[in-house]
Amino acid sequence: MNKFERLDGLVAPLDRANVDTDLIIPKQFLKSIQRTGFGVNLFDELRYLDEGQPGQDVSQRPLNPDFVLNQPRFQGASVLLARRNFGCGSSREHAPWALEDFGFRAVIAPSFADIFYNNAFKNGILLITLGEDELDRLFAEVEANEGYRLDIDLEHQRVITPSGEILEFTVDAFRKHCLLEGLDDIGITLTDEEAIRAFEARHRAERPWLFRETAKA
Amino acid sequence: MAGQTLYDKLWQQHLVKARDDGTALIYIDRQLLHEVTSPQAFEGLRLANRQPWRLDANLATPDHNVPTTLKERAEGNSGIKDPVSLIQVQTLDDNCAAFGIEEFRINDPRQGIVHVVGPEQGATLPGMTVVCGDSHTATHGAFAALSHGIGTSEVEHVMATQCLLAQKMKNMQVRVEGELGAGVTAKDVVLAIIGTIGTAGGTGYAIEFAGSAIESLSMEGRMTVCNMAIEAGARVGLIAVDDTTIDYLKDRPFAPKADQWDAAVQDWRQLVSDADAAFDKVVTLAAADIEPQVSWGTSPEMVTGIGGEVPDPADAADETARGGINRALEYMGLNARQKITDIRLDKVFIGSCTNSRIEDLREAAKVAQGRKVADTIQLAMVVPGSGLVKRQAEAEGLDKVFIEAGFEWREPGCSMCLAMNADKLGAGEHCASTSNRNFEGRQGYGGRTHLVSPAMAAAAAIAGHFVDVRTFAGDAAANHARQEA
Repeated sequence: MNKFERLDGLVAPLDRANVDTDLIIPKQFLKSIQRTGFGVNLFDELRYLDEGQPGQDVSQRPLNPDFVLNQPRFQGASVLLARRNFGCGSSREHAPWALEDFGFRAVIAPSFADIFYNNAFKNGILLITLGEDELDRLFAEVEANEGYRLDIDLEHQRVITPSGEILEFTVDAFRKHCLLEGLDDIGITLTDEEAIRAFEARHRAERPWLFRETAKA
Repeated sequence: MAGQTLYDKLWQQHLVKARDDGTALIYIDRQLLHEVTSPQAFEGLRLANRQPWRLDANLATPDHNVPTTLKERAEGNSGIKDPVSLIQVQTLDDNCAAFGIEEFRINDPRQGIVHVVGPEQGATLPGMTVVCGDSHTATHGAFAALSHGIGTSEVEHVMATQCLLAQKMKNMQVRVEGELGAGVTAKDVVLAIIGTIGTAGGTGYAIEFAGSAIESLSMEGRMTVCNMAIEAGARVGLIAVDDTTIDYLKDRPFAPKADQWDAAVQDWRQLVSDADAAFDKVVTLAAADIEPQVSWGTSPEMVTGIGGEVPDPADAADETARGGINRALEYMGLNARQKITDIRLDKVFIGSCTNSRIEDLREAAKVAQGRKVADTIQLAMVVPGSGLVKRQAEAEGLDKVFIEAGFEWREPGCSMCLAMNADKLGAGEHCASTSNRNFEGRQGYGGRTHLVSPAMAAAAAIAGHFVDVRTFAGDAAANHARQEA
């Protein structure tokens, strides 16, 4: 996983609530058995005017000029502003894979769906929850100022606006640690291997029916 | 001290280690695998040279990509015409064979949608923790199993460590009290709940569904309710154990037998919230107020009763909500204040992990019996949730009822719920669907989904537009509706 310490990034606004993971990456692209290459199909149905297929040469596809990420001023954006309940719906990790592959390292919204929240952090994407009022203000500032950037300081848990305003955010200690260090959490969990084995032995003794071997045909 | 909720008990029974930073390791008893969200997890294990912690905790079946016509299925994997889908199913087969994980392959009679297969096999048991790389894993909570939908990194984590890194959620109880009206089903109950609390209403919570209307539901109905907990934002939906739960599980292939059965049942009886348990939030609905539901928009919370109408954006609570309604009406091709019964359909889909179990098919067949699908409907399809559901339905003659009425009778899989196989909507087509999500493009590019119960879907197929299944009874009414359509 890529480390996340500090990011000074161009901001793109996606002004709609309840953006679901089907919208972030439509199902036809979930057929890939890879973890990479999803960026070109991020927000596929909003971004292009035709129906996308896996493995296509996207340079030949008609772009939707009205979609925010197609506008020249947002090229190279790495921070996405979003509205409430971002990432709802399906558990597909292809959604954060697509965001990351496209170049987003942080998403700022009033709220996120639970499964998406987990998945994003496991892929080095920082999700920042701010109040609806703060988001309204950021949306207005992005709209008004071309080249609007935000400086995100994970260590100190703050977002710094171009005018020097500081917006503080909370993030749980474990996720922060993993992002700052770029840690793989399987490795961390396996440091507790003994505790898992001990629990498992006790669990098996107390509730042996949970351990019945799967039936053989 | 206040008593414990069902969720608190399940959490405690699986807590391996609570860390100082607020995260915890919880032990996972069962992982269900399918072809879409597992390949990168297996690849991760290989790259790190890790082995699955406990093989017998895993059970796999392909479901999302499988074709549903008999002709294609007769050819097994080679009947999958889309080469990318074929690779994904083949990869699941190869990974399960290589690692030694039990899999019900494409033509095994036990194959089906993971969330139908697990309970049907008794591979989902009360008191278990169940995970799957699929948000509808909440389904298994109907058995008082703590069930989480997880991402692919977590699938790999569970395979490698038999644990999930989790944070304890808050407790919400949703009570539905009283008796459901005739023709009002579990699907209507859960859609009404989502319409009430919203698609983010359950975010951060484990929802326990309770109350006399929930208790009166069969296991199939309870699975429908818990299945859609995620559409209310909750990863976890739960229902307490009672006789209905235990009767369902008896003699299932993976369920405990003999002495162990008795010990298990005794243990399972404890899987209820204590009378003095404290919930962070309680929501109560009156069963009598719930009418058959139809979604009109592009989020499951955009739902209303069959007697209702499409809302007017002018009445929205705020700008963001107004924007959402405007966008939804444009996408769906509907007008503000249009009557729900005036929405005409092009296709009808009865199936998905929400509504493809035997009881769902029986309810739909009851409505379809002796009637004909309207000429204006291009395709009405019934896709059983598993090979065993299909077999049972055929033993009851339901397949004949559907076929005679003009429905297509298909092979088991996820099918047009998310259209990863060949079953999909065309742009602009309206579909009465018993699935769980009406998101833009979900059932096909530009497709327009309306979420309904199986009985409502069958009635809509016959009428050609939405009708109130409660008054759509008797042959005279059916014939009249046919002529109208």
